[in-house]
Amino acid sequence: MAATTPLAPVISAHWDAERSWTLATYEAHGGYAGLRRALALDPADVVTTVKDSGLRGRGGAGFPTGMKWGFLPAPDGGPRYLVVNADESEPGTCKDTPLMMASPQALIEGSIITSYAIGCRQAFIYVRGEILHVYRRLLRAVEEAYAAGYLGTDILGSGYDLDITVHAGAGAYICGEETALLDSLEGLRGQPRLKPPFPAVAGLYARPTVVNNVESIASVPGILTGGSDWFRSMGTEKSAGHGLFSLSGHVERPGQYEAPLGVTLRELLDLAGGVRTGHELKFWTPGGSSTPIFTAEHLDVPLDYESVGAAGSMLGTRALQIFDETTSVVRAVTRWTEFYAHESCGKCTPCREGTFWMKQVLRRLEAGQGTPQDIDLLLDTCENILGRAFCALGDGATSPITSAIQYFREEFEAGTHTPAWVLFPPERSSLFPYTPRETGRALVGTVHA
Amino acid sequence: MAGYDEVTLARLEADAREIIARYPQARSALLPMLHLVQSEDGYVSPAGIALCARLLELTTAEVSAVATFYTQYKRHPNGEYTVGVCTNTLCAIMGGDAIWEELSAHLGIGHDETTDDGAVTLERIECNAACDYAPVVMVNWEFFDNQTPASTVETVERLRAGQPVSPTRGADTVCSFRQMSRVLAGFPDGRADEGVGAGPATVRGTVLARERGWSAPEFDVPADDAADAGGGVPDDGQPQSSAERPPTTPADTSAATKTSSDKES
Repeated sequence: MAATTPLAPVISAHWDAERSWTLATYEAHGGYAGLRRALALDPADVVTTVKDSGLRGRGGAGFPTGMKWGFLPAPDGGPRYLVVNADESEPGTCKDTPLMMASPQALIEGSIITSYAIGCRQAFIYVRGEILHVYRRLLRAVEEAYAAGYLGTDILGSGYDLDITVHAGAGAYICGEETALLDSLEGLRGQPRLKPPFPAVAGLYARPTVVNNVESIASVPGILTGGSDWFRSMGTEKSAGHGLFSLSGHVERPGQYEAPLGVTLRELLDLAGGVRTGHELKFWTPGGSSTPIFTAEHLDVPLDYESVGAAGSMLGTRALQIFDETTSVVRAVTRWTEFYAHESCGKCTPCREGTFWMKQVLRRLEAGQGTPQDIDLLLDTCENILGRAFCALGDGATSPITSAIQYFREEFEAGTHTPAWVLFPPERSSLFPYTPRETGRALVGTVHA
Repeated sequence: MAGYDEVTLARLEADAREIIARYPQARSALLPMLHLVQSEDGYVSPAGIALCARLLELTTAEVSAVATFYTQYKRHPNGEYTVGVCTNTLCAIMGGDAIWEELSAHLGIGHDETTDDGAVTLERIECNAACDYAPVVMVNWEFFDNQTPASTVETVERLRAGQPVSPTRGADTVCSFRQMSRVLAGFPDGRADEGVGAGPATVRGTVLARERGWSAPEFDVPADDAADAGGGVPDDGQPQSSAERPPTTPADTSAATKTSSDKES
């Protein structure tokens, strides 16, 4: 077994190839070897291979992918579905979108293997509607796959049939939640469903359904080609394999870095040229805005599911948003909270009302007009959302607030007397010089009413 | 039906039937059908709502309930170009707020408002999955990466002057709101092969790993499987790489499909 290197591009290995998105380029780099291997196996053995690989969901929750497939009830003669969650919208998360732009065939091949494994005859890729060119590339990739005999009837002479429908959403963060996605795919408002029943039992059209993230599915061809031990030779025992780490913000060379799970931010920052010159790390998200923030004291936390969890956050989508010392944590958290309030679907009261009120409180703290009780009010509101909301959106909305107060309480206290934009002039954080036109928010004056 | 003439109605119905045929259950067609309505009317019009309701055997209230849930469905006529400035936390801090302030002042309009000439509808947008290119602006949902206030003002001025604009990652030029909506309804416009596969930030790790000779472990392909397995994702020039594989498809020998990594090796 080879020792792993700091970076281990698998999914991203050929993203810089000319016309990387075409089937010809994908095949020239070994594409569809995994499908051939899979079709030579019994579907149950494909499930076992993926189970043995230790692949865990790359969409944030980290649930073992093969186990999810194994939850489907025994075939009853009716349809079973694969739905690929390509609704990438978690703030900071920017891995599936470039993956589908540069290498859509990896997702198509993974979708075919997965569908074969679970006995699905029609699969859906639900892609957010706000990434037009990615949707074009996916439609084209499906066309090419049909023309080459990878989709349709009797795939590669195996007797297996599969159709893939690529479906564009229409702008709603909540549709990244798997049951809201299913409702949306059924032509409804995208609101989450009560679980159980889980999608494995009653998913799309109340039929057994697997919902998997894009990167999870795109990892499957490599596992079939290389085998479960090959995948396990990367990463840690419980967080096996490779993953895309997306560095953004105040870092010299932001971008996608595919590495074995367990890499640290210190190592990644070193590869990315460090925090922008002349500045130092203040806080960061390990896995998007819904994961509690970290600070410089967490630079050496191995970025695997267990270690990040033990340090008080979540690996999430490995969306590493880097903020330096010029950044107001109150401003950052206020903006995220406005996002959650905007995207709350309205179905459950704790999330709908809670995010609305937290937004009001944070806006006045950002404006330096907070009250001495506001921090406790925020924490109390968070406590009444966490674990009481219908889905994970509500829980996620509390993460930035509680973690930011934990690490930077004094900045929230300063919000009772000094605006965040005075303490942290925004033009110091931006990539280019400018003179802010707005010295405050129009809404600030109304929140005490 | 009120609102559409006979020819238009027949065309829209034919398109809608094609959409419905993609799904096991007709109602799944509603979201793409609403995109189709926008491709005709530039927004979700009353006539379009009625059409969707009739074809899917829903009430107009049921259709409206769905249309109003999603931000891409517009309740009043949209400009020819939606210009969206990301003002979610990361982009905002990296300069998105500055871009928003400048653009809003320059155009004299706010969120979800349209310039008098009907060219530009301005939006504050949420995270669009391009944080490594912050600050990001979207024009009809094509990526304009690493923007500044000046670059964005220049883009909208070109749009208002009727000149083409080119995204950093996307088709060669930005299409109109109606053309975009037709694609989102699932009707390809033949432009998938335009533009780059990846921007510089996307391939940073890929390029760095190659420079330093880092890669994932080799696939341990059993000898009798090797020819069939075709190599997977080995390093270029290594056993099982495309350079080693005997030509088996036209793509292996066609100059048109040579890759940049082939050139290096």
